[in-house]
Amino acid sequence: MKVIKPPLPSEDKRWKIVDAKMRRLGYAGHALIETLHTVQESFGYLDGDALSFVARALRVPPSRVYGVATFYNFFSLKPQGTHTCVVCLGTACYVKGADKVLAAIEKQNGIKSGETTSDKQLSLLTARCIGACAIGPAVIYDGLVSGHQTPEAATEKLKGILAHAA
Amino acid sequence: MLLEELDSIAQKITISRKEICVRCCMASGCMSSRSAEIKDAMQHAVTSKNLGDRVEVRRVGCMGFCGQGPMVSVEPDGLLYEHVTVENAPSIIDALDGGTAQAELGDAKQPFFSRQLMVVRANNGRIDPESIEGYIEANGYRTLHQVLHEMQPAHVIEAIVKSGLRGRGGAGYPTGLKWGTVAKSAGAHKFVICNGDEGDPGAYMDRSVLESDPHRVIEGMAIAGYAVGADQAFIYVRAEYPLAVSRLQTAIRQARQHGLLGTGVFESPFNFNVEVRIGAGAFVCGEETALMASIEGNRGQPHPRPPFPAERGLWGFPTLINNVETFANVVPILEHGPDWYASLGTEKSKGTKVFSLTGKIRNSGLIEVPMGITIREIVEEMGGGAPGNAKVKAIQTGGPSGGCIPAEHFDTPVDYESLVGLGSIMGSGGLVVMDEHTNMVDVARFYMQFCMEESCGKCIPCRAGTVQMYELLTKIVERRGAQKDLEQLEELCDLVKHTSLCGLGQTAPNPVLSTLRYFRNEYLELLNKEVQEFGSSGVQEQET
Repeated sequence: MKVIKPPLPSEDKRWKIVDAKMRRLGYAGHALIETLHTVQESFGYLDGDALSFVARALRVPPSRVYGVATFYNFFSLKPQGTHTCVVCLGTACYVKGADKVLAAIEKQNGIKSGETTSDKQLSLLTARCIGACAIGPAVIYDGLVSGHQTPEAATEKLKGILAHAA
Repeated sequence: MLLEELDSIAQKITISRKEICVRCCMASGCMSSRSAEIKDAMQHAVTSKNLGDRVEVRRVGCMGFCGQGPMVSVEPDGLLYEHVTVENAPSIIDALDGGTAQAELGDAKQPFFSRQLMVVRANNGRIDPESIEGYIEANGYRTLHQVLHEMQPAHVIEAIVKSGLRGRGGAGYPTGLKWGTVAKSAGAHKFVICNGDEGDPGAYMDRSVLESDPHRVIEGMAIAGYAVGADQAFIYVRAEYPLAVSRLQTAIRQARQHGLLGTGVFESPFNFNVEVRIGAGAFVCGEETALMASIEGNRGQPHPRPPFPAERGLWGFPTLINNVETFANVVPILEHGPDWYASLGTEKSKGTKVFSLTGKIRNSGLIEVPMGITIREIVEEMGGGAPGNAKVKAIQTGGPSGGCIPAEHFDTPVDYESLVGLGSIMGSGGLVVMDEHTNMVDVARFYMQFCMEESCGKCIPCRAGTVQMYELLTKIVERRGAQKDLEQLEELCDLVKHTSLCGLGQTAPNPVLSTLRYFRNEYLELLNKEVQEFGSSGVQEQET
């Protein structure tokens, strides 16, 4: 039986990257998580259109795609802010005061962990453990890890990042 | 690839080696403090001083003393610099011909280093993790060649059994026995999986090994594949470890190009492929059946065992799953012989263990120590105690599945059985030090929150039990709890421990049980004496 591949959702070149990933894994059902990683890397998050496209291309039920996308913490179904700040709350960071660092950042920006500021500039997230335990508390600003953070250092750093963006 | 070609690669590298080697740590910890720029600054200084034919500036993996990073070492002088900055890095090159560098000089002979025994981490901080030639120069892939051409699969398994190696993921199941079971299981295909889903918060041994010496893990997996009869392998790594993923992918590509992976490894009939699978942030995927579900592209939910993966694993085929550190032990065991390995450690726990020593401790970083060393030696001698002269109260091992060991038991030797005897576990190797300022009930609540949020939801004891235990702990921490709440907490601990489906739920009560065992007073002090029955806004009200 000839399998009909669904058309790419749009002309956007990023879909070609996603398609290449699926092709490399033979459009197999087990390529689902790898594919979702590629979609998120390319588009920043997973929207409804992306989920249905992946479901059709890999021939898995949309319920399974949605189930997987919501099961894993790493996948986001909402667009992220221009900048991201991830506070590590692993044990080593926690006993050295990561909770206070997080509280200071939440207060400074008026958002809770998991939220994005209303101007879409900053998304605040927490991590289970990023493995930077010896230099804790650790915070990832836009993908770059900073160690030995304090509430003051963290808010100062974010002020710089957000001022630069404006 | 033939043995002669391997030799010629090694020789070529050895001949081209320079008189002085300046090593710059480029593992995640030091990279976060700009060690890539530090390396560039030193390389620039070498070029501008025309030292290029005498000095090599080498990217290396983790040197271990992560708390003092970025680290730079100079061979053959044996100098070690700590807290190096981009600004003072060129002075290290200036000082090569005498003089003093502005960078902070560390003590390479202090107990933190001298008490270590490097087996797994022998190459870490020495070779360039992104160069297969560097690994081959350090005798890499010779063991695989020897295994493929001189040993029968059964002899390989026999050697692993004899070495006494036990699983380094935490449970300590004898590795040789597991290999033997997979080898005996019948299946049209067999798989090897390397578990690099190091989810235990406060532990980063596997990340460091993968970032510092990825070829060692790949070679160990290939040997395992030959021994059990598998031709396809997966390494499952957390998405939180992007550098480890990229170095592994580089290493796999290099090994394939050199004919060390793929079809006809070392021109033998043995075929072996390795693929990386990236996790997506689920602690439960460290559990082997959940991990396999994730590789199959499903939600990471465990299923009951038996059948064990060794009989029916990935896609129903016999599957060998070992942890990163377990695979990293395979090459040294076969290279130096199982008897040598069995001579290290204690009667039942052989070899070494890598720990990440973190928390309220002066010397924070990665250590590899022989099994049987006491906790006191690790915390006081190597770790230098808590900073600011605070008193160390306890050490937490095994993360959310483990427990807290109080200071009065610090003379206990580190081995699988002794730690279980103290109500904790060896775990994957996280050692988080708590000092007198740490509130142990809060620590127990921290872990319970972790398990509650990471519970996959498949079985009720874990899904509902962790929520109830978390609520009770919160009540106690907020001084709203009564004696009854404490009793109910203990009852729930017992229930969840004995009725949960997988390791996550079965061990979730451990941090509570061990803090109750040793620090019950801290719980009692927090109880509200005025509340006689259940606390004010307790679990009961919520249920109605």
